[in-house]
Amino acid sequence: MFCCGVYGFITRKNMIAILISLELMLNAVDINFVVFNRFLFPGQMEGMFFTLFAIAIAAAETALAIAIIINIFRSNKDIDVREINKMKF
Amino acid sequence: MEPTLPLLILVIPLFMFLFLGLVGGYMKPKVAGVIGTLGMGTTLVLAFITAYTYFFSGSECFVNEAGERLQSIIFNCDWLQFTDKLVIRLGFLLDPISAMMLVVITTISFMVHLYSNGYMCDHSGNPERGFQRYYAFLSLFSFSMLGLVVATNIFQMYIFWELVGASSYLLIGFYYTKPAAVSASKKAFIVTRFADLGFLIGILILSYYTGTFNFTDLTSAPVEGIADTFRVSAETAANVQNIFNTSAAPMFMGASVMTWALVLIFMGGMGKSAMMPLHIWLPDAMEGPTPVSALIHAATMVVAGVYLVARLFPLYVMQEASLQIVTVVGALTALYAAMVACAQIDIKRVLAFSTISQIAFMMVSLGVSRPEIHEGVGYMASMFHLFTHAMFKALLFLGAGALIHAVGSNDYTAMHGLRKYMPITHITFLIGCLAIAGIIPFAGFFSKDEILTACFGYSTVAYLWMSFVAGLTAFYMFRLYYLIFWWKDHEVHDAHHAPHDAPWTMTLPLIILATVSIFAGLIHFGKFVTWNGEPYEIHLNWTVAGVSLAVAVIAIGIATWLYKSENAKPEKMANALPNLWRWCHRRFYFDELYMFITHRIIFNCVSRPIAWFDRHIIDGTMDGFAAITNKASESIKGLQSGNAQSYVFVYLFGALLLGAITYICLVLC
Repeated sequence: MFCCGVYGFITRKNMIAILISLELMLNAVDINFVVFNRFLFPGQMEGMFFTLFAIAIAAAETALAIAIIINIFRSNKDIDVREINKMKF
Repeated sequence: MEPTLPLLILVIPLFMFLFLGLVGGYMKPKVAGVIGTLGMGTTLVLAFITAYTYFFSGSECFVNEAGERLQSIIFNCDWLQFTDKLVIRLGFLLDPISAMMLVVITTISFMVHLYSNGYMCDHSGNPERGFQRYYAFLSLFSFSMLGLVVATNIFQMYIFWELVGASSYLLIGFYYTKPAAVSASKKAFIVTRFADLGFLIGILILSYYTGTFNFTDLTSAPVEGIADTFRVSAETAANVQNIFNTSAAPMFMGASVMTWALVLIFMGGMGKSAMMPLHIWLPDAMEGPTPVSALIHAATMVVAGVYLVARLFPLYVMQEASLQIVTVVGALTALYAAMVACAQIDIKRVLAFSTISQIAFMMVSLGVSRPEIHEGVGYMASMFHLFTHAMFKALLFLGAGALIHAVGSNDYTAMHGLRKYMPITHITFLIGCLAIAGIIPFAGFFSKDEILTACFGYSTVAYLWMSFVAGLTAFYMFRLYYLIFWWKDHEVHDAHHAPHDAPWTMTLPLIILATVSIFAGLIHFGKFVTWNGEPYEIHLNWTVAGVSLAVAVIAIGIATWLYKSENAKPEKMANALPNLWRWCHRRFYFDELYMFITHRIIFNCVSRPIAWFDRHIIDGTMDGFAAITNKASESIKGLQSGNAQSYVFVYLFGALLLGAITYICLVLC
């Protein structure tokens, strides 16, 4: 699932798709946390809490990313990531 | 004595400088002038009270039971403390010469402040541009000069010594739009700085070996039983005596290092006092406004060198060789400057060379002063001459300023026959000339007579030499006088613009200074200032006095014969000795010599290779670094494409690579 996310992140042109890939990676990590916590340290809850925390951060981060994408769309009329290459030398 | 009063003498001019410098631009020029003058007037009153208290109060701080005058430190504060021993203090030292200098400086400075109210205006009475700035600088100068004379230690003196140099630079370059004034100010600053290098090295050597900066430690004998924390510590004074008297000090190049230290300190004095060969800045410094020349370049700053030697005189006495150098330099300069003064056209230049010559008189007088010759009369004579010279030379300069103001030119060729048009200036100038020529009963007679007595006691050669110079002095001053006021009738082109006497602000100082120049000689100076504080009774040696008077009268007679009315005699004389005249006129080519040394030798042989090294080697290395960095960044800038996904790809690839390497390492270990 993580690798799917990475693959999507690198190959997709559409920023929304990239964002979805990013969420995919995050979810993969979250599931890993939960699973490892369950199997390795059954008596403790840190992994669970960390996941909850990551989900909250992810929600905020998504809102921020979408705001950025909207702004880019307004200025460029496009959200193809390959066209956004102004940030170079 | 309360320290408030003397402290105010320093604080008021400093405050005036800050006040006029910062706020002066917002007020009317006339107001700034009046405020500056009033400030100086207050300082004048305070200085007179201080000097009066010192000389006449009879307090036990100032004079002991035997009637010897003492050095008294009014206050002293630690200003910079580096270590326990290395402390730089700022303070206020009262002794005969500093009290006398307080009087001289504040008097002349006040006269100049007053005079400038008139001089720095054009003919319709409108102040010149920068009037407030001018007064601010005058106050700065007065502050620094007062700080210099009351210095309690040699380092404080050095600090104020540089400050007077800086304010002199500012005032010479007052007309900063004139290229001549700018180069003159730079010349003055650089030459005196060069001399101050010697001064500084001298200070360092002296303080290294004696372990003290304080004048009281260096120059007074330890006094028992005076409950004053600032008095000399007996052990330091003994140490100083020891180092100077015996061969305790190491030798360097055949002379004791103490002699070297004193000679180097004297070099600083040579720079400030325009002794040959460091005199070249003073004639050029006449580019500044004339009252400034009167204050700085005639009466006060240029005698700082004499003051310095007088201040350290007890040390110079212990090192015979250094006093001989002072004598020789002084004697050569006196003759040289007097000869040059005979052949100048610009009246301020004549006065400048006359100043150099008179200061050299003071130097010679110090140089020939020995305790065993007439109880060290030379020292007293030198200070006496300093006092009277300040008065009459300031008078002459201010008179010259009035002439220049009226005529609009510095050359006597534009003057001639002014006596009918400017009677007050004429009379006061004549008094100044009589005073400097040494005619009885004017001030210069008495002081110059004392100097010649001291020379007579030292050696016949010195006496004859200085008498000849005194004769030349009388000759060139009266040459100047006749060429300005007689020679032929003044050509007046327009009756309304005929030259006339200046306004009262300018004539009043002239009259006051003329009065002082007449009567200052009658002061019993020996009662106040002597080298060891004991009073000395001046008795005229009538042989010496008669001879010097005769020499002066003969010289004036020659000048009268040559220059009273228009004739061809001077030209014939110049033609008879063309080389001598040309050399004198061109000041013995000293400026050309300096130009040759600096341009041809120093610039070409030293500066140019250094410049080449700087341009090509040092700059080249740095340029090389920059070029390499540029090239490298050009070649790798393609990596930064701006495409976010390629960054991620590279990152991922790198992360995998690192992971793989770590894994391999772990497996191998």
